[in-house]
Amino acid sequence: MSLLPAIPIVLLVLPLAACAGGVLDPQGPIADANAKILLNALEIMLAIVVPTILAALIFAWWFRASNTRATYMPDWVYSGRIEIIVWAIPLLVILFLGGVIWIGAHQLDPFRPIESQTKPMQVQVVSLDWKWLFLYPDQGIAAVNELVIPAATPVHFSLTSASVMNMFFVPQLGSMIATMNGMVTQLHLQADQPGEFYGQSAQFSGDGFSDMNFTVRALPQDAFEAWVAGTRGSGPALDRAAYLALARQSRNVRPFTYPAVDPGLFQAIASQELPPGPGPQAGAGDVTVRPVPER
Amino acid sequence: MLGKLTWDAIPWDQPIPLVAGSVVALVILAVVAWIVLAGHLPYLWREWITSVDHKRIGVMYVLLGLVMLLRGFIDAVMMRSQQALAFHAAGYLPPEHYDQIFSAHGTIMIFFAAMPLMIGLMNLVVPLQLGVRDVAFPTLNSTSFWLTATGALLVNISLVVGEFARTGWLAYPPLSELPYSPGVGVDYYVWALLISGVGTLMTGINFVTTILKIRAPGMSYMRMSMFCWTALASNLLIVAAFPILTATLLMLTLDRYLGFHFFTNEAGGNMMMFINLIWAWGHPEVYILVLPAFGIYSEVISTFSSKPLFGYRSMVVATMFICLVSFMVWLHHFFTMGAGADVNAFFGISTSIIAVGTGVKVYNWMFTMYGGRIRFATPMLWSVGFIVTFVLGGMTGVLLAVPPADFQLHNSLFLVAHFHNVIIGGVLFAGFAGLTYWFPKAFGFRLAESWGKAAFWLSLLGFYVTFVPLYVAGLLGMTRRLQHYEVAAWRPWVVVAGIGIVVMVGALACQVIQLIVSIRRRGELRDVTGDPWDGRSLEWATASPPPAFNFAVLPEVHGEEPYWGIKRRAIATQQLAAEPRYAAIEIPRNSPTGFITAFFSTITGFAFIWHIWWLAAAGLIAAYAVFVWFAWRDVEELVVPAEDVARLDRARRQAREAWLAAHAGAGEPA
Repeated sequence: MSLLPAIPIVLLVLPLAACAGGVLDPQGPIADANAKILLNALEIMLAIVVPTILAALIFAWWFRASNTRATYMPDWVYSGRIEIIVWAIPLLVILFLGGVIWIGAHQLDPFRPIESQTKPMQVQVVSLDWKWLFLYPDQGIAAVNELVIPAATPVHFSLTSASVMNMFFVPQLGSMIATMNGMVTQLHLQADQPGEFYGQSAQFSGDGFSDMNFTVRALPQDAFEAWVAGTRGSGPALDRAAYLALARQSRNVRPFTYPAVDPGLFQAIASQELPPGPGPQAGAGDVTVRPVPER
Repeated sequence: MLGKLTWDAIPWDQPIPLVAGSVVALVILAVVAWIVLAGHLPYLWREWITSVDHKRIGVMYVLLGLVMLLRGFIDAVMMRSQQALAFHAAGYLPPEHYDQIFSAHGTIMIFFAAMPLMIGLMNLVVPLQLGVRDVAFPTLNSTSFWLTATGALLVNISLVVGEFARTGWLAYPPLSELPYSPGVGVDYYVWALLISGVGTLMTGINFVTTILKIRAPGMSYMRMSMFCWTALASNLLIVAAFPILTATLLMLTLDRYLGFHFFTNEAGGNMMMFINLIWAWGHPEVYILVLPAFGIYSEVISTFSSKPLFGYRSMVVATMFICLVSFMVWLHHFFTMGAGADVNAFFGISTSIIAVGTGVKVYNWMFTMYGGRIRFATPMLWSVGFIVTFVLGGMTGVLLAVPPADFQLHNSLFLVAHFHNVIIGGVLFAGFAGLTYWFPKAFGFRLAESWGKAAFWLSLLGFYVTFVPLYVAGLLGMTRRLQHYEVAAWRPWVVVAGIGIVVMVGALACQVIQLIVSIRRRGELRDVTGDPWDGRSLEWATASPPPAFNFAVLPEVHGEEPYWGIKRRAIATQQLAAEPRYAAIEIPRNSPTGFITAFFSTITGFAFIWHIWWLAAAGLIAAYAVFVWFAWRDVEELVVPAEDVARLDRARRQAREAWLAAHAGAGEPA
C-alpha cells in the first residue's frame, strides 16, 4: 500500500481545479489550511481506494468463467484472517482520519479568530432578498454586493439574514457560514495579498438566488483607507427607512455604497426589532398560486 | 366553492410545462381509452389494481419507479442544458420555472423513483426468499403502493395545475414558509410527501413484521439471504425515520395553514429545528435506499461468481452496524450552520465510521469473486460497475465528512456529484441489476442481454462524463442550483456535463429498446425451469412466474443458501425430492381497499392544496370509511384446491426433471 497509484490521479485532477480561483487556489490562511486538510484526507483515502478498485477489477477479470487457469474454489466462504484484515483496514484509516477531523474541526472552526499581530477589522453582513449588505461599524459606511477589505488583515464577520437562510462564501478566502434571521453567526477570514475574489451565496434562497454574488476587493491598507474616505463622500445614508426599502425583493443589483449608516442597524435586524424582509408582493397573476416576483 | 382554484392556476403563459403537461395528459388519456375500448379494464382491475399479491404489487412499484425515473430524468436533462446555456445569458428556463424543476427532480428521484424501485424489488423477492406465501398484511401492502402512487400523481399534477415547490427538494424554511412561498408549490410538496410517507411507513411495518414473524420452516435469521437482511435493516430504518419526516412536514403544514410558528422567522420559530429534523430522517433515508441495494449486489455477485457470499456473518454485522450508525450522523448535512467545533468533530467522525461497514462489505464482495467462476451477465456488470463507482463516491463522501473540507465544498457541485455518485452508482445500478436479475422470475422470460449490456456501458460512461466535471466545478467554487452564472472557469465543465447527459439519454434508449426487444422475443428468452441464473436462494425454487401461492409446499430449510442445498441433493441423486402431498392453499382475496383509499386521499390532498375545505373533509371521511369497511368486512379468503396446486407444481417438477436429465453426469452445474 503506497501512495504511488494515487499520484497520477492527484496530478491529473488537481491542476485542472487549481488554476482558476477555486478552493484549491487559496488566497488566505483559512482557505489554505482547509485546502491542505482536504488534500491530505484525499491522499489518505486514495492510498486505500486505488488499490481496492484495482484489486476488485483484477479479481473480477482473473476469475472470469472462461479463464481456465483460475482455480475455482466453490466452498471458500470464510477466512478469519481476511475478516480481521477487512475490518482492520477501514477501521485504521478512519482512526487516522478521525484525528484529522477532530483537530481540523477545532483549529478551523469558523468562530475561531485568526492569530495575527494586526487588529482584526469588523464587518457585519446581512443577506437580503437577493443581495448582500456589508456594514462597516468602525468606519460607519456600508456597501451592497461589493466587499472591500484591507489585505493581510484578519476580518471578523458577524452575519445575519434579513429574511431566508443564505450562506456567505468566498471560495478563495475560506470557510462558508450560514446567515439566518434572528441569529448572528461568526466567521474569520483574511486575504493575504491584494486581489479580487468571487463571492456568492452557497444556500439557495429563492428566485433571485443566482444573482446573489459579490466581488471581494482586497486592497493595500492605504488604498482601503482611500476607498473608505471616498465612500463617505456622497449619497443618501442607510437609515431604517432606507433599509426597509432595500429589504424588498430585488434581483441583479449593481454594487453601490452608503456614506453613513444607522449605528444600531445590524443589531436591530439581528434582534428582529426590524421586521424580516417581505416575500413576493406583486407580479403577474395570483401571488398565492404562482408568485412571479417583480423584476 | 373551489378555494384558490381558478383558470389562472394553469400556466397559460409558460409553454414548456403547458405543452409537456398536455402531451402527458394526452398519452394517459390514449392509454386509458385503449384499455377501455380493447376490453382490458376488467382484467386490469381484477388482476392488478385490486391485487394484494406481493409479486404483482412489486411489479407495479417498479413500473411506477421507472416511469418517475423517466420524469426525473427529463428534469435532469433540462437542468443540465439550462446550465450549459446560461453562461452570461438567461438560458431558456426563467428562475421561477428552473427552481421548480430542480425541486421536483430531487423530490421525484428520491421518493417516487428510487424508493419505489427498491420497495418494489423487496416486494417481489423478500417473501419468495423467505419461502412464504405473502407478506404479513397483503391488503395493507396494496394500500401502501396506492398511497405512494397518490404522492407521485400529486407532484405531477402540479406540472399543469398551479406550480411545484421552488425551494429545493427539502423545502428549508423560512423560504418554504408562507411569506416567502405564498404559492401552492410547497403545499403540493408537503401533501404529496405526507400521503406517500404514510404508505412508506406501512410498508416498513409490513416488511419488518414479515421478516421477523413469517419465514419458512427452518429459516432461522442466520439462514436468511443477504437481501432479506438488508431489507430488514432498511425497513427498520423506515419505521424509525419516516414518522420524523411526517411530523416535520406536519409542523410545516401547521405553520402554513394555521399560522403556527414552528419554523418561521417570527414569534420564536426556528428554522434550524426543521433542518435538524428533516436530516434526522434524511440521512437514514440514504441508507433505506442503499441497504437493499447492497443486498441486491450480494445476491448477484454470489450467484454469478458461483460461490456463496464470502463472510456472510461479517456482512450481517456490517449491515446492522450501518443501520444503527446511520441515525447518528445527520448533522454532517449542515456543518456550515455554525454548530461549533465539538459537535462538528463528533458528527464528522461518526460519519466516517459508517464507511467502515461499507468498506467491509466491499472487501467481502471482492472475496466472493475471488476463487469464483464469474459469468458476466448484465446484472454482474452492473455490480462490478457499482463497486468501482461506489468506492469513489464513498471516498468523496468521507471527504465531505471532514468539516474543514466541507466548509469549502458544502452545497457545491462537488456535493451534487458526490450524492449522485452514490445514488446512481449505488441505488440505481442496483435497481437495474435487480431488475435484470429478477425479471425472469416476475415474467417468465429473460431480458435481451445485448441491449442490457449496451445500457450498462453507456450508463457507466455517461455517469462519469456527467459527474466528474461537476466534481471539478465544485472544486472551482461553483455552488448548486444556479439558474445562470458569470464565472468563465466553470463553463467548460458544465458543458462537458451536458454532453454526459446526452450519453445517459443513449443509455436510457437502450433500456427501452431492451424491454421492447425482450417482449417481442419472449419465446426464445423463456425461462422454463424457474432457475435461469443457477441461483442459490429460495425464489429460484419455484416456477417463473411463481403461482399466486408461491410454493406448493413450504420449503424445509436446512442451512444457508437453501435452494443450493436442494439443487445439490437433486443433482447428486439424479432425482427431485419425492412428490409431496398437496393440500388446498388459502390465499388472500383481492381487495379494492388500497385503490379506493388512495383515490380519496388524492382528492383530500388536492383539496387541501387548493383550500377547498369541504372537499378535503369529504375526502378524509371517505378514505377513513373505506378502512372501516375493510376492517368490518366478513368474507372468506380464496382457497386454491389441492388438485390445482398439484397440477401447477407437477408442471414445474416436470421442467426440473427435464433439466436434471439434460444435465445428467455433468456434475457441478455450470
